[in-house]
Amino acid sequence: MAKKDSTKKTLLVALGVCFVASILVSTAAVGLKPLQDKNKKLDLLKNILSAGNLYEKGIDIEKTFSEKITAQIIDLKTGETIPESKFDDELSIDKFSIDVLASSSKWGSETPVTRDNPGLKRIPNAMAIYTVMENDEIDKYILPIYGKGLWSTMYGFIALDKDLHTIKGFTFYQHGETPGLGGEVDNPNWKNQWIGKQAYDAAGNLKIEVIKGMVDRNSDKAKYQIDGLAGSTLTARGVNNLVRFWLSENGYAPFLNKLKGDING
Amino acid sequence: MANIKYKEIVFDPIFKNNPIALQMLGICSALAVTTKLETSLVMALAVTVVIAFSNLFVSLIRNHVPGSIRILVEMTIIASLVIIADQVIKAFAYDVSKQLSVYVGLIITNCIVMGRAEAYALKNPPLQSFMDGIGNGMGYAVILLIVGFIRELIGSGKFFGMSVLPLTTEGGWYQSNGLMLLAPSAFFLIAFFIWVLRTVYPEQVEEN
Repeated sequence: MAKKDSTKKTLLVALGVCFVASILVSTAAVGLKPLQDKNKKLDLLKNILSAGNLYEKGIDIEKTFSEKITAQIIDLKTGETIPESKFDDELSIDKFSIDVLASSSKWGSETPVTRDNPGLKRIPNAMAIYTVMENDEIDKYILPIYGKGLWSTMYGFIALDKDLHTIKGFTFYQHGETPGLGGEVDNPNWKNQWIGKQAYDAAGNLKIEVIKGMVDRNSDKAKYQIDGLAGSTLTARGVNNLVRFWLSENGYAPFLNKLKGDING
Repeated sequence: MANIKYKEIVFDPIFKNNPIALQMLGICSALAVTTKLETSLVMALAVTVVIAFSNLFVSLIRNHVPGSIRILVEMTIIASLVIIADQVIKAFAYDVSKQLSVYVGLIITNCIVMGRAEAYALKNPPLQSFMDGIGNGMGYAVILLIVGFIRELIGSGKFFGMSVLPLTTEGGWYQSNGLMLLAPSAFFLIAFFIWVLRTVYPEQVEEN
C-alpha cells in the first residue's frame, strides 16, 4: 500500500480539500450577494414598470419607479391596506415575496377550491400592489398574478385602468414554459393584445378569458377574449385560470370593490 | 517540442477528438441550453472555465490524492467551481442566468468535466491539464454555438436576439419551425455534425 493511501493521509486530504473549497465558495457567495440582490430588485422593478407601460430601454429604473409608483400591501380578503405597523419579518414592501408569504402560517392559507384553479396549493393573504400616479392622480393599478402553466409557476403582473375594468398591461417576469411554444406568453405581440380588453362587464361580472384559437373580432365577446397560443394549449389554459382566479373574489375583487365603493360613495 | 504539444492539446478536442461528437459526453446540456445563441455562449464559457480549472486543481494535487477518495475529491472541486461560476453569472449576467436556470448548476453532472479530470488531469502536470481543459471546453463550445446558431435562426428567426428572418407572428414572412425549439432538434443537429466530422476524419468511424 502506497504511502498516500494511508488512513491519516486520506482524512487529511479530504479535510484540506473541503476546507479550501468551502472558503472559495463562501467568499464568492458572500462577495457577490450585494450585486445579485441589486439585479433581482432591478429586475422586479423593471417588470412592474413594463406592466404599467412605463419601461423603455435605458431609463433610470429606480428613479422612474420612485417618481411614478407607490406601493402598498393589501389584505386580499378585506381589500384594506395593511398599515406598516403590522409588517414583520415576512411581510414588508421592501422584502415582499409571494413565495415566503404563501408558505407562511400567518400570512398564507390554502387555495380555495374554484373552477379556475391556478394550480397553487397555498396563496398569500396579502399582496403588494402598485399604484401608478400621473400628475398626482391615480392612473392605473398594477397587480401581481401567478399560477401554474404547463411546466412551471408563472409570475407576472396585470395592470388595470383607474376605471377598474380595462386592462392596461400584462406581463410575465418569471416562467419556465417551453421556449417558442408556451414561452410565447412573453411575446410582446401576445401581451399587447391584453391592452384595452375588459376584465369585467358593466355589471361587474368577471368576463376576461383566454380562448382556444383566434378571437373573432366581430363578435361582441371580442373585448373580453384573448387569442390562445398555438401549440401550447396547457400554458394558455394556465394563464386563463390564473388571471381569472386573481381577478375573482378569491383574488383582488374585494380590493377592487372597495375602490369602487370609495369612488361612488 | 513542448510548444507543439500544447497546441495539439488545445486544438485536438475541437474537431479530431471532440468531447461531444467523439467521446459522446455532455450531450444533455447541449440539448437543453441551445435554443438561443446567447445562452449557448454563456453556458460554453462557464463549462470551459470549469473544466480548465478543475483540471488544473485536480492535477495540482494528483500526487497526494488517495485512490479511495479520488472521485469524491474531484467532485468537491468541480462542485465548488460550478457554484462559483453560477454566482458570478447571477451577479453579472442576471438575464442570462434566469434563462439558464438550473443548467449552470447541472454542469456538475456534465460528464466532460469529470471525464477529463479522471482521464487526463490525474495523469498529467498542471499546465497541460489546464490546456486540455480549455481545449475540451472549446470543443464543447463549438458544438453548442453551431447548434445554438441553427436552432435560434430556424426556430425563432433570430441571431443573438436580433431579428434576421421576420416572423409571420410579428408581421413578417418567415414561418418559424417550432421543432427547432424543442430538445429533439438538437439530437438531429448533433448527428449531422458527427456525420460531417466522420466524413472528414474517417478514422473516427467505429468499426463493429
